[in-house]
Amino acid sequence: MIKTTVSDIIIMVKRNLIRYRRLPQLIVFSSIQPVMFVLLFVYVFGGAIETSSGDYVNYLLPGILVQTVLFGAMMTGVGLADDVLKGMIDRFRSLPMARSALLAGRIIAETIRNIFVIILITLVGVIIGFRIEHGFLDFVWAAFLVLLFGFAFSWISAAIGLAVKNVETVQTAGFIWVFPLVFASSIFVPVQTMKTGVRVFAENNPISHVANVVRALSLGTSVGNDIWYSLFWIVILLIIFIPLAISRYHKIS
Amino acid sequence: MEEVQPVLKYIKEAKDFGFSDREILISLISAGWQFQDIFEAVLDYSGDADLPNQSEKIIFVENLNKSFGNVQALKDVSLSVQKGSITALLGPNGAGKTTLIRILTTLLKPDSGEARVGGFDVIKNPQSVRRVVGLAGQSVALDEILTGRENLEMFAQLYHLSRGEAVRRAEELLVQFDLLDAAERQVRTYSGGMRRRLDLAASLIANPPILFLDEPTTGLDPRSRFTLWQIIQDLAKNGATILLTTQYMEEADQLADKIIVIDHGQIIARGTADDLKKQVGGDVVEVHLTNYQDGLVAIKAVQGLAKKWPNLDDEMGRVSFSAKDGSTVLTEAVRQLDNAGIGITDIIFRRPTLDDVFLALTGHVAE
Repeated sequence: MIKTTVSDIIIMVKRNLIRYRRLPQLIVFSSIQPVMFVLLFVYVFGGAIETSSGDYVNYLLPGILVQTVLFGAMMTGVGLADDVLKGMIDRFRSLPMARSALLAGRIIAETIRNIFVIILITLVGVIIGFRIEHGFLDFVWAAFLVLLFGFAFSWISAAIGLAVKNVETVQTAGFIWVFPLVFASSIFVPVQTMKTGVRVFAENNPISHVANVVRALSLGTSVGNDIWYSLFWIVILLIIFIPLAISRYHKIS
Repeated sequence: MEEVQPVLKYIKEAKDFGFSDREILISLISAGWQFQDIFEAVLDYSGDADLPNQSEKIIFVENLNKSFGNVQALKDVSLSVQKGSITALLGPNGAGKTTLIRILTTLLKPDSGEARVGGFDVIKNPQSVRRVVGLAGQSVALDEILTGRENLEMFAQLYHLSRGEAVRRAEELLVQFDLLDAAERQVRTYSGGMRRRLDLAASLIANPPILFLDEPTTGLDPRSRFTLWQIIQDLAKNGATILLTTQYMEEADQLADKIIVIDHGQIIARGTADDLKKQVGGDVVEVHLTNYQDGLVAIKAVQGLAKKWPNLDDEMGRVSFSAKDGSTVLTEAVRQLDNAGIGITDIIFRRPTLDDVFLALTGHVAE
């Protein structure tokens, strides 16, 4: 049972990785946007933003890594809605394959894509002055946390994609809920500068916790309680959204 | 009926024990039962797929109901399909055909009723059902970015065929469906007919004994449709049981051993194509009018010859009616129409098509 589940998931991962190889634009477009954000924020807004991290790029880049996997996670829902639309999901559901394989396969493939995108953005960052201050291994841990967070968000996106079942709606809806979450966080600017209501929200935003940990690990400052909040949120999201997405997958009619 | 109950119980238990039908019969007779009683018991019993006389019914559906909100998609649908036969579910859009297929392939749960496929209950044992069925749904379900061969190998592996077997089976199907030349091309470059063939091949990858084809030829050009018909007939010849849905009367007529007509979620007729045509009664006489507005006068003129009230197709300027013997009625109809002063461009008599059947059964044309 476990053996066939694992082999089913591997088959689905392979399917999605072949798609990335044949449609490189899928990776190119998901990389251009964060690279553009890095350049715009550093060179346009950067001069006006005061941070305690010295050079703004050192503040921004860890946040951009988090933002990238969140926007990338929206593609999970879009891809699944597309599978529903094209009738692919009916075929998969009529096969004697593991319940979780279609979803897990896609999300794992996206995690592998995220590894490449994280490396790429880090390289762009290094070119324009980003420096890992505190040992390479800590930065690898930071990247690992980012991947895990993206993985958890992909399950939210999967549940939404399977509930809405419309590619355009999922895309727009994803934009509506992810965008404010990303901006009302510590990704781009320190939360202390925000208006009170927004600040309280931003301080408790799971995205801020994760961004703070990634930043602390790359700047060599203390991760404090943010690491525990981050892991707590990741576990909670997985506990809620994995079963929810799988049950939605089963109830598609 | 009460005396025969013990016979039924005995047969059931013996079956569960793994005795053959012959052994059961011999033991019943040697236990002093009359052959007549045994025979009646089995004949009277029609509610259980496990019994010997039901063993050939590879798909068995009883009193199936399914609603979506206020719309009742299936109302008390009962049917059975013989092993190795082609059965067509015939009905217009929205009749409930796809809902039924989706329940039988475990994609959808019924509100009430029972359905068994290959001996397995679709609600209690869906994973076993999935192992014995192949489904080709209404839309082609293939990965556009993968090649034809990659699609087939992927589905084979998801049926848990070994790697080697998956490769061999994919090759076999590519040859059988005349897709070998396109095997290494991405599916997005395929024509409609090629996609349908590959889709059907994908549903056959694990050699399932039971096949569900939901409108297999919708949207195909006549040549591709004909090719697909031949493939479907070959599959049945090789022992597959096929349940297909169609909106095309011609398709059901060509392919199916048995036709089940469904409309508004209910089965309204079943039988062979000939059985259904007999329900219309005799031949159909069709009158093509010179002036389209003559319809009602024409109906009055010929109604005495018709078995039922004639049908009028305003747009085509056509009056049709069924008659016992087309050839004699034809000359009489010409005379009557002439007397009434109605000009006709053509008058023919023909064997009824399933369109006529549908009209006779439902009072409205299909679609």
